[in-house]
Amino acid sequence: MLVPVKWLREYVKIDDIHSKTLADELTLSGSHVESIISMERDIEKVVVGRIEKLEKHENADNLLVVAVNIGTETLQIVTGAKNLKEGDCVPVALVGARLPGGVNIDKVNFRGVESYGMLCSLKELGYEDSVIPKYQRDGIFVFDKEYPLGSDIKEILGLYGDVIEFEITPNRPDCLSMIGMARETAATFNRQLKLPEIKVTAEVDDIKDYVEAVEVDEELCNRYYVRVIKDIVIKESPLWLQNRLIEAGVRPINNIVDITNYVMLELGQPLHAFDYDKLKNKKIVVKRAEEGQKMLTLDGVERKLKNSHLLITDGENILGIAGVMGGFESEVTDDTTTVLLESANFNSRSIRLTAKDLNLRTEASSRFEKGIDPNLCEMAAERVCQLVEEIEAGKVVKGIIDVYPNVREEKNIELRPEKVNGLLGIELSIDEMIDYLERLGLKAVKDGNVLKVTVPTYRLDLEIEADLIEEIGRLYGFHNVPSKPLEGILTRGEKSFERTVAEKAKTVLQALGFNEAMTYSFISPKAYDKIKVEEDSQLRKYIQIMNPLGEDYSVMRTTIIPNVMDMLSRNYNFGVKECFVYELGNIFIPKELPLKELPYEKKRLTIGMYGSVDFYDLKESVEIMLERLRIEDVEYLPEKDNQTFHPNRTARLMKDHEQIGIIGEVHMDVLENYDLDVRVYIADLDFDMIVEMTNLERRYRPLAKYPAIERDIAIVVDEDILVGDLEKTILDNGQGLIEKVELFDVYTGEQVSEGKKSVAFSIIFRSFDRTLVDDEVNAIQENIIKALEENYNAKLRS
Amino acid sequence: MKEKLLSIREEVLSCIDSAKDLNDIEDIRVKYLGKKGKLTLLLREMGRLSKEERPIIGKLANEVREEIEEGLTNAKKEFKERIKLEKIEKEKIDVTISKRTKKLGHRHPLLQTIEELENLFMNMGFSIIDGPEIETVENNFDALNSPENHPSRDLTDTFYITPEILLRTHTSPVQIRAMKEKGAPLRMVSAGRTFRFDDVDDTHSPMFHQIEGLVVGENITLGHLKYTIDVFVKELFGKDMKTRFRPHHFPFTEPSAEVDVSCFNCKGKGCPVCNGTGWSMELLGCGMVHPQVLKNCGIDPEKYSGFAFGMGVDRITMVKYGIDDIRLLFENDNRFLEQF
Repeated sequence: MLVPVKWLREYVKIDDIHSKTLADELTLSGSHVESIISMERDIEKVVVGRIEKLEKHENADNLLVVAVNIGTETLQIVTGAKNLKEGDCVPVALVGARLPGGVNIDKVNFRGVESYGMLCSLKELGYEDSVIPKYQRDGIFVFDKEYPLGSDIKEILGLYGDVIEFEITPNRPDCLSMIGMARETAATFNRQLKLPEIKVTAEVDDIKDYVEAVEVDEELCNRYYVRVIKDIVIKESPLWLQNRLIEAGVRPINNIVDITNYVMLELGQPLHAFDYDKLKNKKIVVKRAEEGQKMLTLDGVERKLKNSHLLITDGENILGIAGVMGGFESEVTDDTTTVLLESANFNSRSIRLTAKDLNLRTEASSRFEKGIDPNLCEMAAERVCQLVEEIEAGKVVKGIIDVYPNVREEKNIELRPEKVNGLLGIELSIDEMIDYLERLGLKAVKDGNVLKVTVPTYRLDLEIEADLIEEIGRLYGFHNVPSKPLEGILTRGEKSFERTVAEKAKTVLQALGFNEAMTYSFISPKAYDKIKVEEDSQLRKYIQIMNPLGEDYSVMRTTIIPNVMDMLSRNYNFGVKECFVYELGNIFIPKELPLKELPYEKKRLTIGMYGSVDFYDLKESVEIMLERLRIEDVEYLPEKDNQTFHPNRTARLMKDHEQIGIIGEVHMDVLENYDLDVRVYIADLDFDMIVEMTNLERRYRPLAKYPAIERDIAIVVDEDILVGDLEKTILDNGQGLIEKVELFDVYTGEQVSEGKKSVAFSIIFRSFDRTLVDDEVNAIQENIIKALEENYNAKLRS
Repeated sequence: MKEKLLSIREEVLSCIDSAKDLNDIEDIRVKYLGKKGKLTLLLREMGRLSKEERPIIGKLANEVREEIEEGLTNAKKEFKERIKLEKIEKEKIDVTISKRTKKLGHRHPLLQTIEELENLFMNMGFSIIDGPEIETVENNFDALNSPENHPSRDLTDTFYITPEILLRTHTSPVQIRAMKEKGAPLRMVSAGRTFRFDDVDDTHSPMFHQIEGLVVGENITLGHLKYTIDVFVKELFGKDMKTRFRPHHFPFTEPSAEVDVSCFNCKGKGCPVCNGTGWSMELLGCGMVHPQVLKNCGIDPEKYSGFAFGMGVDRITMVKYGIDDIRLLFENDNRFLEQF
């Protein structure tokens, strides 16, 4: 919302307040200033001149030689413009003048004719294309009338002062107007608000001869107020009116449209002028469209309508879509002589849906959908009539038609002063509260212990007591409210066990060199093909987003593996030689599809790595992490059926017959799908299960007092025998005296026969209550060897 | 005898002088002081001396022996010292060489920020509560007093799964859940992923992060809110950071405010980055919980009041580390992650 300070000054006396102070104080009272724009331009020595004579350049068909009177002298200037005639007043840049963009004007010789300056267009004077009137777009700017010759054009064009840009929150549509901002200014600085005095004097004829009836759909139309204006001559508006519009960022069109725009900016009420002569009947019928009905809007587009859309008609023809856009047929043109002025109020929800359906958001529709006080209709229409008379654009027809089925009344709210102080944490007196409310145009009367507050109808946002407390608070100034520490029972912040476990796991992974990553919760359905998830897998029962940004972001992930593969691939292709990453995030498992209730959100920890590492490096990291969380006795069983992974280099992690996750080398097919030319290892773990199994309690165990005995054994077994099984057999036969079994060699080759391997373990025996003797250990060792021989056909290696 | 002793002494001392290493010293010891050493043998002849001579020669012999032993010990010490010095000299390494075979992983900067914020609020007595990313329209909009036709509910603003289920657009539904489940009094913060229908560019992402806090209790005031925010801003950005509370509008708080902080660039003096205002863009939104929201969650607004605040963690992270493109946060480029 652009508010020229000059315009604001018409309603509230603020001559003594600097724009910066104005902006700062209004920001603190709730009207956030986004920027302060200066109207000043880098223009010097550009004055008003009158064209006395126009002659063709004798050596150039496209040029004119113009005699321009600038009061003190008459200059000879050469121009290429085609829109000039003798008697026009124009901006003249004199020799030595400066124009925006650093342009300097010198004396120039055009094919033998001297030019002592330049005639300027609005663009050359630094105006934005978006506000230059269409009729001024090509050619030199021509003033609307004669101004003192030789005077500075900056004064006349109003190129001084500031425009303040406000961010207006959706609850304050009343602030989308000069009056609305003037009210805020008056309240903030505690000054008097001066509303424009509206008087329409010379009325002619009788509106009854023009409009016999107005019928409205009472559900969708709150009010319809009509005025008729005749004897109109469509032309450009006087310069002051154009300047106002341009400063507020609106392009001047013609006198009638400019007045309606001016009043909309001033009061906030959208108005529409229909060409009266296009009406087939002397009436206005505001009714719903028929389903599928078509019409041409004034932008020249044919619109297909729905029954929910509200139309303005003459009972036969469509004049416009209520609150959104007028019709092409009924538009005011240069030939218009009589207009029907509509100042109406429509159901905001209906306007919103209509504009959305038609994908047609206009200044009017966006104002109606935010909400407007229906009591504004009369004031706005009368203001238009007043301006029509003032600028002599036409004659106002006597009488009005006002259909107002849904009258908006003032609201009464009870306010308890102790609640004001209680919620804001301040100590205002009741009189101070009344003062703040009255500054805003509210009425407040003491009634026993409460204040009876009457809210004017333009404040659509004030509904409950808390709203009034905010009004008092913001005028008092939130910045003036003293800060106060929280009191009460001392509570300690808590976090969930899951959070604690996650932090521990992350700390271990960090120490092991893994970077923490974060990716989107939604992925592409194609990702499931890329990681070769089987067609009937539960993983493919994913939740789809109704309105995704694109296929790549269209389903809620049921696995984080694709995200990890994507980032490994990205890094690999960026030339990162080694990459260790993990993501701890949610996966989304529907209870049923389509979704009827919220899905399960399960935490998943997915770790990925490539570089000079192998399966065992990743496994070691996972083992260390699980150890830290005291998740013991995890078994790693070969897993051949998961299509994402290498069938001979993958294990599932089992604990107490439950699967915690999977770990392995990624299948070559999958690597190809991700353009990876390097082996990749992934562990994908159910973090909810990990949290459940975690034991963070620690108890001291006495240190061993008795010496250990270490024995090495080397055996030869079939190649397929798993080391894990051998270790288990050793431990199972240790009679509880084995402290540790360490694998120190696995060998296949020359000294071992085909299909066999040699496996060597170091076994540490220790008792906690005595010193072990050799004989005892020898006996256990023999048992172990016997068990290995029996179970795995192992041969002791000498 | 006396002459012999004196000559042995001379002999030994000169040998020690010309010894070249520890072995020479040991040889000298054996040669003179060993079982069959020259001095040992000579002293055995002491018996043959007269009564008068014996104590005089005996005294001299002891002196000679002590002198030799001392000479040998000193020489030994010297040689050992020399060997040590030689060793030290030889063991020179190039200390400028870096090995760097060990590497530490890095925590994601955004999650670090969240953790930092959570810990800060935990120290102030706020509990950390998590909530689901997929939410009901009821918890995400209705219970938060969001108007039925508010544009934020549109398909062009919010991702929907069904007309009743969506990807949460803020972390506020966690507050609704907590109020419904735990009631008053309550002090909580919740951080996490949030989603809005925004195309990806350098400042927008369809997934981003928020942290929100809520306090409900008896006699909670705007003053308490201001204090809490002040403490948090100073902790996070430094003691010289100032805050500015500006009235604003949110459907779920009344009164509502936005909080600006001193410009990160000029610290409040005014510079081109802050359009000369000295204030940076709004850091967070906050306010006193709307009585209807309390009612929706089964809390009596006549007895209890509360305040809530919320902010985007992505922007805070970007400001804090000087990151200029939000996409970097989700691309997980190692070269990026390893900077934190």
